[in-house]
Amino acid sequence: MAIRVAGALESKPKKGFVDPIESLGRTMLRARVLEDKLGNLYRAGRIVGGVYLGKGQEALSGAGGLALRKGDIFAPLIRDMAGRLGFGEPMVDAVRAYLGSRLGPMKGRDGNIHRGDLSIGILPMISHLGAMVAAVAGGLMAKRMKGEKGRVGLTCAGDGATSTGSFHEGLNLAAVEKLPLVVVVADNGYAYSTSSEKQFACEDLVDRAKGYGLEGHGVDGTDPMACWKVLHHAVERARGGAGPQLVVGKLLRLCGHGEHDDGLYVEKKMRSSARGKDCVSVMEEEAKAKGRMQDWRNWKEHAVSEVEAAVRQVLEEPVPDPFEEDWCATLTAGTCEASQVS
Amino acid sequence: MCHVDGGNLRGVTSLVSVTYLDAIRSAQERALREDPRVFLYGQDIGRFGGAFKATKNLAEKFPGRVMDSPISEDAMVGMAVGAAMEGMRPIVEMQFADFSTVGLNQMLNHAATTYWRTGKPCPMVLRLPSGGTPGSGPFHSQSMEAIYCHYPGIVVMTPATVEDAYTMLLEAIEMADPVVFCEHKLLYYHLKSEALPESAVPAFRARVVRAGRDITCVTYSAMVHEAVVAAEELAEEGYEVEVVDLRTVKPLDTDTILASVARTGRLLAVGESWPWGGASAEVVARVASEGFELLDAPPKRLNAKDTPIPYHPNLWAAHRPTAVRIAAGLREVLRY
Repeated sequence: MAIRVAGALESKPKKGFVDPIESLGRTMLRARVLEDKLGNLYRAGRIVGGVYLGKGQEALSGAGGLALRKGDIFAPLIRDMAGRLGFGEPMVDAVRAYLGSRLGPMKGRDGNIHRGDLSIGILPMISHLGAMVAAVAGGLMAKRMKGEKGRVGLTCAGDGATSTGSFHEGLNLAAVEKLPLVVVVADNGYAYSTSSEKQFACEDLVDRAKGYGLEGHGVDGTDPMACWKVLHHAVERARGGAGPQLVVGKLLRLCGHGEHDDGLYVEKKMRSSARGKDCVSVMEEEAKAKGRMQDWRNWKEHAVSEVEAAVRQVLEEPVPDPFEEDWCATLTAGTCEASQVS
Repeated sequence: MCHVDGGNLRGVTSLVSVTYLDAIRSAQERALREDPRVFLYGQDIGRFGGAFKATKNLAEKFPGRVMDSPISEDAMVGMAVGAAMEGMRPIVEMQFADFSTVGLNQMLNHAATTYWRTGKPCPMVLRLPSGGTPGSGPFHSQSMEAIYCHYPGIVVMTPATVEDAYTMLLEAIEMADPVVFCEHKLLYYHLKSEALPESAVPAFRARVVRAGRDITCVTYSAMVHEAVVAAEELAEEGYEVEVVDLRTVKPLDTDTILASVARTGRLLAVGESWPWGGASAEVVARVASEGFELLDAPPKRLNAKDTPIPYHPNLWAAHRPTAVRIAAGLREVLRY
């Protein structure tokens, strides 16, 4: 797939051409509308546990998910609704995970952002930050051993995750093995409430790429077209054999850490700075400038009906039943301890 | 359950004797030969053959499938989790069980939760060179089974014999669940058998090593051999000690333990690891709650002292249970 960016869009679409305004724009809208709905369901008491949203991070996340192909590995983190939808996670499964539907990929045994579907290449994240880097590296080593060529793995992290030993170990392992891995860091200035100055001391996280022997790419995370371009470039570099890629997008999360958090610790001047721009509004302006406002409105309308339909469907679905649950944490016959210990 | 024929171990069966370490190396060699999904990953395990030589010559025989890792226990286990999710059967060697603490998160929170959370298996083996040897000190002597047993989703094996080291490792590799394979370093070179086994004890069943009518001594790994010596000592005093080797500590074969206690009425559970929690505590708890009426004396347990594992042989010998201490413990329960 050729990488086409803004400027080439007025020309008649050619075969194989993907229009980033439509592809990324629609993905961002679907994520935003869905997350607005999830926030409302949380406030209405319909979702137990946390709700962690990716508002303001849709461009970077969505561009990453869309740059991948079927057969690749995607390991999202907590603010990657757009990336998940872009990669191909069914919206209904996202809703199922939040509402604990028994028909969802986690069957109510795990919820919210800890969902995944190994059958389509989405690894279910564990909460321990940085842990997914090595897991994606392992998946890529497995593909290499199996002789599967041309696969890429992409995982997402925040600025906070870059402080973990796990992140370092995973990145170093991937670099040593020259794996086709893309690590996307959404540097949103805060890890929960802790600002970057207490998280890392280097000027820019992308500078770390050199130390690991990786190719590094910095991008303005509020600029969807730039995210599209950089993520596609990084993914194609990895796919082409250039080894692991580190992409660092600077942006701001436009919500709390979770919906329980008002995020008031984010400094006002940060909110009003260029970093605090809403990437969805930026994309809307982009659509407007290209004469696509009617399309944009249609996409949004479509997203609203899709979300309403998904929520309506899942609210009718069965929830887990503790009496019917299989309380065995292992699969091998004769290994179930639950039946032995009362 | 694997069927062990030992017939395709050219060059091994012709040896005069097979050590516990040979058995582990041979099991890995056989798995590599028979299953293309199997690969080995660990520090210095490639051309160097591993710190204990458990992978000697395997890198040459199986190019690209016996790989040196960076010193990154977290990433090593995390890598195996990702590879297992992709359908491979990774075997990760920790250089020493003690260092697996650095990779605990990936094993306990990632590997062990995958099946429960997703319904998809995470088949991998984490090999832990475990237990004390003279002069090894606090960070090269630990027995880690209790920590791994505490978390759901993992099978924990603690083979005590050459035969079990071979057959159980093959079973572990075939299993759909993550397995922690605790190999005892003290047994690596000293424990010998005439040949590799041609049959295996059924999986997850404990084994009565020595039958007896007066007291049951439940133990596992290297302590089995100490318990047998203690039993011989007590036999001279007229007591018949039944020694039960758990083989696999999780799942725990409660049935075999209770059947033994039903015969003897007395229990001493022995473990080389620390006393707080753990396999010996679990054995005592289950016998106390499920076999209370079978007991003629309070069930006891014997473990290492609750300090870091000492360096000097004089201290080390007093720190862990030995045949002498086990014999004393047995007498105490018998005297009640």
